[in-house]
Amino acid sequence: MRRFSELLEALIFSPRRTVKLAHLSGWLREAPHPDRGWGLAGLTGDLSFSHVKAGVVRELASEVSSPELFALSYDFVGDLAETVALLWPASPAHDGTEAAEDLRLSAVIASLADTPRAGIKPLLAGYMDRANVAERWALLKLATGGMRVGVSGRMARTALAHAFDRDIAEIEEIWPLISPPYDDLFDWLEGRTKRPEAEGRAVFRPMMLAHPIDEGMQEGFVPDDWQIEWKWDGARIQLVSAEDGVRLFSRTGDDVSASFPELVTEMKWKGVLDGELLAGTPEEVGSFNDLQQRLNRKRVTSRMQKDFPVFIRAYDILFLGDKDLRNLPLSQRRTWLETEVTRIETDQKDAPKLDLSACLTVDNFASLQVIKEQADPRIEGVMLKKADSPYIAGRPKGHWFKLKRNPKHADLVILYAQRGHGKRSSFYSDYTLGAWRDGEDGPELVPVCKAYSGFSDTELRQLDKFVRAHTINRFGPVREVEHKIVVEVAFDQLHNSKRHKSGIAMRFPRFHAIRWDKPAEEADNVAYLKRFIPDKDV
Amino acid sequence: MDWVKIDRAGLSILPAAAHIDPLAKVQVALITHGHADHARPGHHQVIATPETLAIMATRYGDDFAEIKTPLRYGEKLKLGDVHVGMAPSGHILGSAQIIVEYQNTRLIAAGDYKRKSDPTCAAFEIVPCDIFITEATFGLPVFRHPDPKAEIERLLKVKSLFPERSILIGAYALGKAQRVIALLRAAGYNAPIYIHGALQNLCNLYQEYGVELGELRPATSTNRGKPSQELEGAIIIAPPSAMNTVWARRLSDPLNVFASGWMQVRQRAKQRGVEFPLILSDHADWDDLLATIEAVNPGEVWVTHGREDALIHACQQRGISARALSLIGYDEAME
Repeated sequence: MRRFSELLEALIFSPRRTVKLAHLSGWLREAPHPDRGWGLAGLTGDLSFSHVKAGVVRELASEVSSPELFALSYDFVGDLAETVALLWPASPAHDGTEAAEDLRLSAVIASLADTPRAGIKPLLAGYMDRANVAERWALLKLATGGMRVGVSGRMARTALAHAFDRDIAEIEEIWPLISPPYDDLFDWLEGRTKRPEAEGRAVFRPMMLAHPIDEGMQEGFVPDDWQIEWKWDGARIQLVSAEDGVRLFSRTGDDVSASFPELVTEMKWKGVLDGELLAGTPEEVGSFNDLQQRLNRKRVTSRMQKDFPVFIRAYDILFLGDKDLRNLPLSQRRTWLETEVTRIETDQKDAPKLDLSACLTVDNFASLQVIKEQADPRIEGVMLKKADSPYIAGRPKGHWFKLKRNPKHADLVILYAQRGHGKRSSFYSDYTLGAWRDGEDGPELVPVCKAYSGFSDTELRQLDKFVRAHTINRFGPVREVEHKIVVEVAFDQLHNSKRHKSGIAMRFPRFHAIRWDKPAEEADNVAYLKRFIPDKDV
Repeated sequence: MDWVKIDRAGLSILPAAAHIDPLAKVQVALITHGHADHARPGHHQVIATPETLAIMATRYGDDFAEIKTPLRYGEKLKLGDVHVGMAPSGHILGSAQIIVEYQNTRLIAAGDYKRKSDPTCAAFEIVPCDIFITEATFGLPVFRHPDPKAEIERLLKVKSLFPERSILIGAYALGKAQRVIALLRAAGYNAPIYIHGALQNLCNLYQEYGVELGELRPATSTNRGKPSQELEGAIIIAPPSAMNTVWARRLSDPLNVFASGWMQVRQRAKQRGVEFPLILSDHADWDDLLATIEAVNPGEVWVTHGREDALIHACQQRGISARALSLIGYDEAME
């Protein structure tokens, strides 16, 4: 527990990813097994003790101090694990300088898992008496769940790759196959056994991602070398059907089956498909807003399934049964995909609703630019995939590209500024921008988006100087500035939103140009912006 | 107790016609220490230790009061029928507990104080009394300050891991900054330490009073807003307010350290963008507050500012009569 708690301390206070990675991979190499496996699971959120309740921790804290002192302390500190870790009296028998023997991470995890609910309180109290502040904090965080030390699953796997000098793609590939404390993972990483395999289980396969298009690609563009498809505004999804069932995974490998019961019904067909999850029906595709009614829900009523239907528009096939197709060129995978999607429909009437992503034909690059601008508003742009590309996890160079519609533009006024993080921590780099609307007392500015990219370092310096010299109000870390600077903001889409005061929500707003020349009165108003909302949304 | 009152200027000793750490301008001010919220300029007469008077002169100029009356630790002075004395409080250079004796009652206004060792000031002295007026800045059981030497060693260990990175330590300009420097010197760090301009005069003053700070250099930059090569790998000390400003751009990729008792709370440290929380406080922690009250053994405890609810609760649990004075205007940002 001592080393793990030191790792957590180092992680929580390192603002930078590279430093976090260095701490993590050092620890993964050096910590003994299975401690490192359990710690890794704790960090990635793959560990939970549902029978350890926060209430038990509160009771313990009240008993060692007093209910009044605990309440006052908790109120001041704000975090339960931290409050209790700090408040716990240092045991005179154990001043915290020597690591206690029985506080080994794996032993603590085993005891927490094996102890029935009634025994948790004395177990925790016993550990707390023998631990130092950082160990107590780590223990409580592990036991009650939710580390919040700024480590994502991806970062933990990258650290594994660094620590054992492997390709991150390989780690990603086997990650869905393994579980804590990852004996088979470390056995393989340290060369004792072969790589873990799926063996008939419905597991996630890491996805292949696209790059934004490269300016140079226009030169010598041969349409026949490419498979060109629409880029739909839905959610990337992977459908896996195997011996043990059908599952649906998000782009990051989260199992989202529970949100879409109609897509994970029993399937005769076995294999792995890659596609876009869309709202509506193949005949009439719904908006991203409709899809959002269905995303991130743990339970879905039949009413919701009826009101907001969903389907999968398939664009790739990774496995057919146990056969791995990922090394075949895309053109061959496409042939398989067409055959198999038809087979699924004809073999089984109640199969999940699927259709094929259409392939487009163009004469030249210029016509691509034309068709994407004229397309349905549900379409974000076009995808260009090399016809000979294998399916490679991650974002490999030179295979897949996305060409988005030209962004829309709006002139907005800077209302608030906040300091950035890391290298930008001395600069006011996060801006809230507003548009005009008619208020009760005449025209007023209402916030419509936040933007923190798209400006040069020189412009950032100028903006920062402006903010410091023109602050009219402070709200904690936020400064309200004089309504003077107009920014031309580029954005991808605009939707109606009940959550925002302005009634609109922008997708991916960023600075396009700072209009030092333009007076704030000439910035756009909300009514004008609403023209960018696709018709079907209204 | 009819001879002590709280009025608009704070704690007033009626038979002496004097106030302790007055918050507004008064005729006679008894001042515990030089932090700006306790020592304000513009009183007619200031009675304080010679060190505190010197600190006030450094900060406000020589004309900060008409009459300046030095009162050393252990000396006494008579104001009307009241005897006034000074005892060290261990907070910063010159900080004092003010001892007030009137009609067989002894009252002590401890000001801000701490019990952990500090090479830059005299150690807190236990003086038994009837009424003990204490602060409660860290008056919650979550605050147990670690050993300052161990904290400095922890910092130097991290410094050795990143020898090329500048270490920027945010420390309050009066007291904390000099204590950090003195602790670094005591731990064997002999390289020049670079200081922000706001620290220069106070560091000079500490050195005049015999506090060894070693070689100090101004953390200047020839090229405004651009990193300075000289500061790479060095330790730089600046007031906390300078850490996220234009000033700090003279350092490329510094390790941000903040020296304060508040750093014990991770969330607070994280909110401030601190990479290395140096838990170093000039105030008594929870255990020291309770231990001090026990040692002084007063008939009654009055709590001036801080987390008074918890401290009063703990006193009452121990059978000690305690009440809050709720003096508003003392600032916790100095920690």
